[in-house]
Amino acid sequence: MQHIQLGTIDYTILIIYFVFVLGIGWALRRVIRSSDDFFLSGRSIPAWIAGLAFISANLGAQEVIGMAASGAKYGIMTSHFYWVGAMPAMVFVGLFMMPFYYGSRARSVPEYLKLRFDEKTRGLNAITFAIMTIFSSGISMYALAKLFELVIGWSFHASIMLSAVIVLVYIFLGGLTSAIYNEVLQFFLIVLGFLPLVLLGLKDVGGWSGLTARLATVATNAGFAPGAWSHSWRYMDAPSHNPMGIEWFGLVMGLGFALSFGYWCTDFLVVQRAMAVGSMTAARRTPLIAAIPKMFMPLLVILPGMLAIGLHASRGGFLPIGSDGQPNYNLAIPMMLAHYMPSGVLGLGLTALMASFMSGMAGNVTAFNTVWTYDIYQSYIRPGQSDGHYLRVGHAATVFGILASVLAAYGATRFNNILDMLQLVFSFVNGPLFATFLLGMFWKRTTGHGAFYGLLTGTVTAALHYGLTISRGAVPGIKGGFLGAVLHTYPSEMALNFWTALFAWTGCFVATLVISLLTTRNKTDEELVGLVHSLTPRLKEDYLPWYKRPVILAVLVLVVSTILNVIFW
Amino acid sequence: MRLDVRFPIGGMFTIVGALLTLYGLASDQAIYERSLGINVNLWWGLVLLVFGAVMLGLAVKSVRRRANDST
Repeated sequence: MQHIQLGTIDYTILIIYFVFVLGIGWALRRVIRSSDDFFLSGRSIPAWIAGLAFISANLGAQEVIGMAASGAKYGIMTSHFYWVGAMPAMVFVGLFMMPFYYGSRARSVPEYLKLRFDEKTRGLNAITFAIMTIFSSGISMYALAKLFELVIGWSFHASIMLSAVIVLVYIFLGGLTSAIYNEVLQFFLIVLGFLPLVLLGLKDVGGWSGLTARLATVATNAGFAPGAWSHSWRYMDAPSHNPMGIEWFGLVMGLGFALSFGYWCTDFLVVQRAMAVGSMTAARRTPLIAAIPKMFMPLLVILPGMLAIGLHASRGGFLPIGSDGQPNYNLAIPMMLAHYMPSGVLGLGLTALMASFMSGMAGNVTAFNTVWTYDIYQSYIRPGQSDGHYLRVGHAATVFGILASVLAAYGATRFNNILDMLQLVFSFVNGPLFATFLLGMFWKRTTGHGAFYGLLTGTVTAALHYGLTISRGAVPGIKGGFLGAVLHTYPSEMALNFWTALFAWTGCFVATLVISLLTTRNKTDEELVGLVHSLTPRLKEDYLPWYKRPVILAVLVLVVSTILNVIFW
Repeated sequence: MRLDVRFPIGGMFTIVGALLTLYGLASDQAIYERSLGINVNLWWGLVLLVFGAVMLGLAVKSVRRRANDST
């Protein structure tokens, strides 16, 4: 494809962004005096800032590029990742889980597992998590470099180096605070950078009704009912009726329950943001505040993909055709930028794209350096050192984390839809985790052995399920069926991933339950105060004004997301 | 004292907004054919300018309030 030509004004905007991002790191360098400052922002971030950072850290490559790609590929059904997936999970983590994460004074999610269960459960989680963050950060970097190479003709290596160095500098200088501040800046940049694109696209296509008319062509060409791209629930009765290839049960249980709760409720990358605030109610409010803008993210990230495929069907040329004859969905947003944006706002849009990749990377790197320093280094390699020593280790881990992600970036080339690949990794490791936390937080009888072997069982269940099933038309191998026999064929990769997550969760839940009953408790009631629901005093929030009460915010979020589901039914 | 995050956000959007507005006024109108004839640089520049100014205003207000509290 032809490269987008950038003018002086576009480069100027990009450079202004770099100056501010680095400037934030520089301005914050003096507040880092202890390891608490570096890894936990000294527990003093206001809830609204932590909330925006909470979604921004997740607004990385998989979100912006992957969601637009899915919007083109599956239509408005992609919104299920938000209104069925993220919303209930974010409400749950805020209302029911944050009291134990924050109240335990654990410094990380693995450390909570250590306090609640035992050393081996923490070790397992810390090590798998550390690997996964490096991998995700590498994918983010890879996607950015690939995209900028294709779209503006920058060299792959130059983009990797540029993004790696900038993220390194601002985290190195200002630690988690710097990452969080930059995430808030990046959040506004992403919203304000993509909004003109969505507005122009909608105007061009003739509003929502014009878009549905064009999407009807897309749907009928693909052999579905005309509304298959513009209704989120109507064609969910059978997998063969919708492009995602899944029925309502698999979607609600697999995506809505297993995958989403596994991600939003246990992933330290997001939970870390809520742990950085100053009080318990602020910690509970963080995911709920985050949920409010998150609800409307589909407008910004899914709609451009839908617009691109709609316009592609009626006018052609909106999506480049790959070597396999299929449109390259991952290029939906850059192609729309190239089509509608003149020099000026074009630079703003590309800067927003850059910002989204950086926030995803920085989120992973800050989570990695914390888990590495507290849960691996301080626990197993060199315990009992001075705080200054661990602060230096944190700095070194930041450098190491970035170098390892650069390596991962050069390794990530297999799947054409990044989203599917991330979902796969999450489904093996995160799917089972939520069962462990659920039992751990709400059933005091859960034992350390139960948690540890339950997690292993869950991950093995996931791998077995994935290895013995396959999605229709796929070649056995990395896309499933690698164990030789294929016991079941799913209509799509999405369906396979959702069901794998559900199997993982169920395997872990059952195994943890059974093993806990067969083993003796390793923690007394006294040790579990603040860690388990039934042993922790109830929180009193009557003194707060209504708009600061977590329960009221939670109801608001659930009501609005229900309305959104109904509107796009 | 810790930095108020609204200062860098407000500062950046004010600068970028001003830049886009000026560019929108100065640039050749032919480039807006692709944006459906709308001078997006001018209009969106103004939106960013207002957003940046509001952020800066909130930050300044909060600094003043804190200064008053401590005296």
